[in-house]
Amino acid sequence: MNIILRLAWRNLWRQPRRTWLTTGAMVFSNTLLIFMMSLQFGTYELMIDNSLQSFSGHLQVQAPGYIDDSKMRQSVPGVRALAETYRQDAVFENVAARGTAFALASSDDRSYGIQVIGVEPGFEPGVSNIPGLVKEGRYLDGIDATEIIIGAVLARNLRVDIGDELTMLGTGRDGSFAAAIVSIVGIFDSGIAALDRSIAEIPLGLFQDTFAMDGAGHQVVITTADLAYVPAAKLEAENLLPPDSSLVVHDWDALQPGLRQAIQADLTSAWFMYIVLVVLVAFSVMNTQLMSVLERTKEFGIVMSLGLTPGRLGRLVMLETALMGIMGLLLGAVLGALVTAWLSVVGFSYPGMEEMAANFNLPARMYPKISLLTLFGGPAIVLIGTLASALYPALRLYRLQPVEAMRAA
Amino acid sequence: MRQLQILAILAWRNLWRNHRRTLIMISAVTIGVWAMIFMTALMRGMVNEMLRDGIQVLPGHVQIHHPDYRDDPSINNLIPGTEDELESIFGGQEFEAWAGRVRVPAVITSERESRGITLLGIDPIAEAPISFVFDDIVEGRFLKDGADSGVVIGRKMVDKLDTRLGKRVVLMSQDPENEIADRGFRVVGIFDSDPDSHEETFVFAGKETIQKMLGVEDRVTEVVFLGQDIRNVEALLKKVSGLTDSSLDVEPWYELDTYLGAMVKMMDGFVLVWVIVIFLALSFGLVNTLVMAVFERIREIGLMLALGMPPVNIVGQVIVESLALLTIGLALGNALAWLAVVTLEDGIDISAVAQGMEMMGASSVLYPVLHMTDVITANIVVLVLGFLASLSPAWRASRYQPVEAITKV
Repeated sequence: MNIILRLAWRNLWRQPRRTWLTTGAMVFSNTLLIFMMSLQFGTYELMIDNSLQSFSGHLQVQAPGYIDDSKMRQSVPGVRALAETYRQDAVFENVAARGTAFALASSDDRSYGIQVIGVEPGFEPGVSNIPGLVKEGRYLDGIDATEIIIGAVLARNLRVDIGDELTMLGTGRDGSFAAAIVSIVGIFDSGIAALDRSIAEIPLGLFQDTFAMDGAGHQVVITTADLAYVPAAKLEAENLLPPDSSLVVHDWDALQPGLRQAIQADLTSAWFMYIVLVVLVAFSVMNTQLMSVLERTKEFGIVMSLGLTPGRLGRLVMLETALMGIMGLLLGAVLGALVTAWLSVVGFSYPGMEEMAANFNLPARMYPKISLLTLFGGPAIVLIGTLASALYPALRLYRLQPVEAMRAA
Repeated sequence: MRQLQILAILAWRNLWRNHRRTLIMISAVTIGVWAMIFMTALMRGMVNEMLRDGIQVLPGHVQIHHPDYRDDPSINNLIPGTEDELESIFGGQEFEAWAGRVRVPAVITSERESRGITLLGIDPIAEAPISFVFDDIVEGRFLKDGADSGVVIGRKMVDKLDTRLGKRVVLMSQDPENEIADRGFRVVGIFDSDPDSHEETFVFAGKETIQKMLGVEDRVTEVVFLGQDIRNVEALLKKVSGLTDSSLDVEPWYELDTYLGAMVKMMDGFVLVWVIVIFLALSFGLVNTLVMAVFERIREIGLMLALGMPPVNIVGQVIVESLALLTIGLALGNALAWLAVVTLEDGIDISAVAQGMEMMGASSVLYPVLHMTDVITANIVVLVLGFLASLSPAWRASRYQPVEAITKV
């Protein structure tokens, strides 16, 4: 083995320029793959976190059909008691009950249609980042207080400030006319115009009174310590539902189906690019190895007539390729890690990215994230592609006739 | 001339001395070029669909607003000037289409549910070339004229409001004095849209009816213009700006929808980056092939030099060889890409990730689109960079000392 390894290594350096060029192709692709994959996976993680943190949580208990139609009637009876039951179970990190309705909010000067969310002020900060984004004033206080917090854009549009009053008009659960006067105690600024323009939160008790909810709400929102615990937590949440209730538990994937699909669509197009890169590198390697086999025809003929089997020669060629591939992998990994590490500190941006990113709740600068998968996933595939492409030149050796080969020019 | 012919013949024959190597390299170039063009066609197709759904639909190509309207889309920020005045300014001009609209946030209420929506009071006749709804009425009819007393709502909205064709709904918004203005409407038509989100966002009613309801006489909040080519709206923009009072906002679609604007601008950059990345991956193999081709001909090149062939002809020979190889690869790659696009002309169904595509603003069928400019970019980049990449091996070949080269074993 040792002698074959040494032979292979020396053979590589008979044509250093060629070896470096072939390795260069691998290093180039590997660096690119590492950077692109790190950026992608970093982005996905942020996309999921940002979208789930703002509202939907990891799990929600809802009435059947609410996820599609979100009608007032599709409510969860005794929602606060149910949330309390869940809170007793340590599997769930944070649990909060909510109600959701649409209302026309009017100030002295302006009226806008908004989404009013009834929340439990004590528990909501655990499941949503909105309470933490209150930049002016404070978050809601008591469960029955006639208070409201609104988004910064909505405050600007309604021309109101902390302490002003808003009138809300809407429809109650039973179809009755719903109205309330609330005073603004806080203004949040999430930086996402769509949220800041259209969302307001009031205490759940007030919400239930105003919209004739009769103790019901629309969701119990649950977060777990990690996304990985979600499937187990979902089972547990289903077990804890009151007997013979028709309520259902949805995980984040069902709550935000667009999210996973956007990631999938992006992954698919990325895979296409990755595969093209790998195939191009494979061709380059195939060419190199074919040449290096062809130019050694005479030499191979001699060693074969001395008794070396084509199988061992084939292994020699494969070993040369593997050495080259490993070099490409290591150099590529080092270079890719350096480039990515640098960008994960200074961040990465390109013209137009800010507008695109805002659409997916992402910041304007991206920080790629290196993991073992992104560091070695791509290069490993390049290595496999490389070895596969060397099979053709290696297998050709079986057709070599020693006598003819020795006579080759 | 004669000399060039000889060079070309020499180069061509050299290319086929080792047909395996040449074929492998040509395959690599073909796959690379195919990937460049096909991937670009897919992305272009996606962006085109996004433009069709996102821009042709409602924003038109250029819009005029009150300077405060974009931040505060309220009925208070009307465009100064009555219908007749607008007509006298824009009526005589040549536009593909133009229309005034009342566009305000509103709340729609059925017997059971309330939703926040964007209410569009339109003149269906003037809007016919602009809005999407006309093609997609699935039940009932579209608005007859500006004085129509019915509303047209989306299919999803019908479900959410628990209403149906022929039933009454109430629209609520504010009038300029911030009094609640409301009016009952009969649902006369139901539309279907792609992306689905329009169905939940927009409600259409007659312009005059809405003006009466809001008490704004014959004033509008926006004027929308359609030009001939969405990618070239500068002329239209200039024309509209020239006609309008300078205190008003005149904005092209890419400023109204910055996400789409950024997307389209980024596409051009993406095409170039993608083409160059693929070429770089190819270039290692190309240079390698040339280096090898030169290396195995050292003696022959030395002989030609010794016989008096000027070094520049050696350079020419290698470059012609390289360009011939690239040209064959390009021709095949272009043909393959064209074939792929024609085969998939009817669209690729990607509805498995429809909601994800919707998040990106794209529809669920992907139609690849070949842009001549992209094809030209790809071909030029490959030829120019290919030429540059072959300079170094060609130069080295012409620098051999004839005597040394001939005697080299």
